[in-house]
Amino acid sequence: MLQYIARRIVIAVPVLFGVTIFNFVIMHLAPGNPVDMFVNPFATEADIAIKKAQLGLNDPIWVQYIHWLQNLLQGNLGYSFSTYEPVTQMISVRFGPTFLLMGSSLLIAYLLAIPIGIISATRQYSTIDYTATTFSFLGVSIPHFFMGLGAIYLFAVVWPVFPTGGMNQLGGDGGLSDTLRHLILPALVLGTGVAGNMVRYVRSSMLEVLGQDYLRTARAKGLREFIVTNKHALRNAMIPIITIIGLDIPLLVGGAVVTEQIFQWPGLGQLTIQSINSRDYPTLMAINFIAAAVVLLSNLLTDIMYSVVDPRIKYNK
Amino acid sequence: MNTAKVSESIHFQQKLGEETGYLKMIWQRFFKHHMAVTGTVVFLLIVLMAVLAPWLAPMDPNRVDPVSFQSAPSAAHILGTDDVGRDVLSRLLYAARVSLSVGLGAVAIYVMIGTLIGAVAGFFGGWIDGLLMRITDIFMSFPYLMVILVLVSVMGPSLTNIIVVLGVLGWPQVARIVRGSVLQIKQMDYVKAAVALGYSAPRIVFSHILPNAFAPILVNATFGMANAIITESSLSFLGMGVQPPTASWGNMLTQAQSLTVLSSQPWMWLPSGFMIVIAVLSINFMGDGLRDAVDPKSFR
Repeated sequence: MLQYIARRIVIAVPVLFGVTIFNFVIMHLAPGNPVDMFVNPFATEADIAIKKAQLGLNDPIWVQYIHWLQNLLQGNLGYSFSTYEPVTQMISVRFGPTFLLMGSSLLIAYLLAIPIGIISATRQYSTIDYTATTFSFLGVSIPHFFMGLGAIYLFAVVWPVFPTGGMNQLGGDGGLSDTLRHLILPALVLGTGVAGNMVRYVRSSMLEVLGQDYLRTARAKGLREFIVTNKHALRNAMIPIITIIGLDIPLLVGGAVVTEQIFQWPGLGQLTIQSINSRDYPTLMAINFIAAAVVLLSNLLTDIMYSVVDPRIKYNK
Repeated sequence: MNTAKVSESIHFQQKLGEETGYLKMIWQRFFKHHMAVTGTVVFLLIVLMAVLAPWLAPMDPNRVDPVSFQSAPSAAHILGTDDVGRDVLSRLLYAARVSLSVGLGAVAIYVMIGTLIGAVAGFFGGWIDGLLMRITDIFMSFPYLMVILVLVSVMGPSLTNIIVVLGVLGWPQVARIVRGSVLQIKQMDYVKAAVALGYSAPRIVFSHILPNAFAPILVNATFGMANAIITESSLSFLGMGVQPPTASWGNMLTQAQSLTVLSSQPWMWLPSGFMIVIAVLSINFMGDGLRDAVDPKSFR
């Protein structure tokens, strides 16, 4: 088992390097000169050249990349071009809100998708099944920003039960209940989008299991239908369902960018948009690196979980 | 006529017969899928709308009406006007062109790249396969929307750049599908026969192996088109996509970020939002129907 995990990590490392190289090259193709941000408009050519040398922008691209990597290993992600703060610090402040939003969205998605998927599969081709399928398609077909705007319109304007955005009331106590009130709409929007995808996985995975012989045996034993579906069938149907977390994480990361922007949620997604607008390349590079690392890590966890829940999978393969 | 030609033409007829049988079966099964048929009809209507936009639109989508801006729907402007006085209905019709060209363009590019990479990896195997699949892994572990945002903003936001970026980043799944079916079919006797006959690698791959991967690629391409349309609209909404004055369903919604527009001028953002949903939904239903029709395991 340990050997298997080690193997997976060894495979993930070059992929992560590839991601950083790709990132670095994109950022260097970017137009606009970051030095302009540091010096005042009246600076002479010589001043600019000095600043450029200070920032290491005259070095060949691979030297700059190695510098960046060295700093990364020391936990230093550079300084923001727009706020001059250390990027590490800027990002660490944003981590909590994004984590909270993504975590609760994932929870909502599972709470919606698993029961709907099970009902849909056990009553295949019934009206409930068709309705669920239609709604799951609707879930993946509505862009997050439109769903977000619709949610704000309905639940913050027409029927003002929730705030329109932000994470805490201005001048409020900033307590847990206040944050939760702000969290509900964005988490629902992000969660239902992901749930749409998930319902179809749960349904097809349940359908596959429901046809198995051992379920007939369980029924023949006289077990109640509720136990047959929710204990015997669900356990085995969960295997493919767990693995789709790995597919959902990149989806969540992307969805979070749009959702955070609409709800002014102070997370990494909002920081991404701000950094793009201010051409803040060190921050963008760091965010992209972290996001890619999170995606790789979730793939790794998925593989490991897969082998835990399904002992038939051979570790040494 | 020599014997070789005769046998070739008989073989051709047989092949044709089998293929029409297969396509007919797929068509029949697709036709039984009511949602898919509805989706196709709606999608064709949108295509028609995009093609006929110059004749259907009541006025030039970029013409500014100097006397009415932000005006509610009326006889002159059926869906009202936007913040600078352009006719919302006309912009809605023209924007269909943007969405469809992004969907078709991006998918065409990535299907080509994915097919090529997958076919090379699967056919040659060994270190070529290992290298290409690692590159595929790298592309798959990008947080999709974030990388697209960065790339588009670096290249400069425009319709062409969006199509190129979506095309260049979208291929990994197709590559995996193609590689998988190449690996599977490579073992078949008829491919071994083709190798023994000394056919060139491209000929074997393109005319003997790839036709078998056509169905899953088509299904993937259909869903890919829906995703490309959603991504373009999200980018344009964020201001990193199609730039005004060119109308796109996404950038027509940008104004709704202001609370005044959102709460009191719904005609400026609701119609284009609904158009995105209708277009994407119809394509997704089409894809679902196709998937069921080509996959013998799933009967409706």
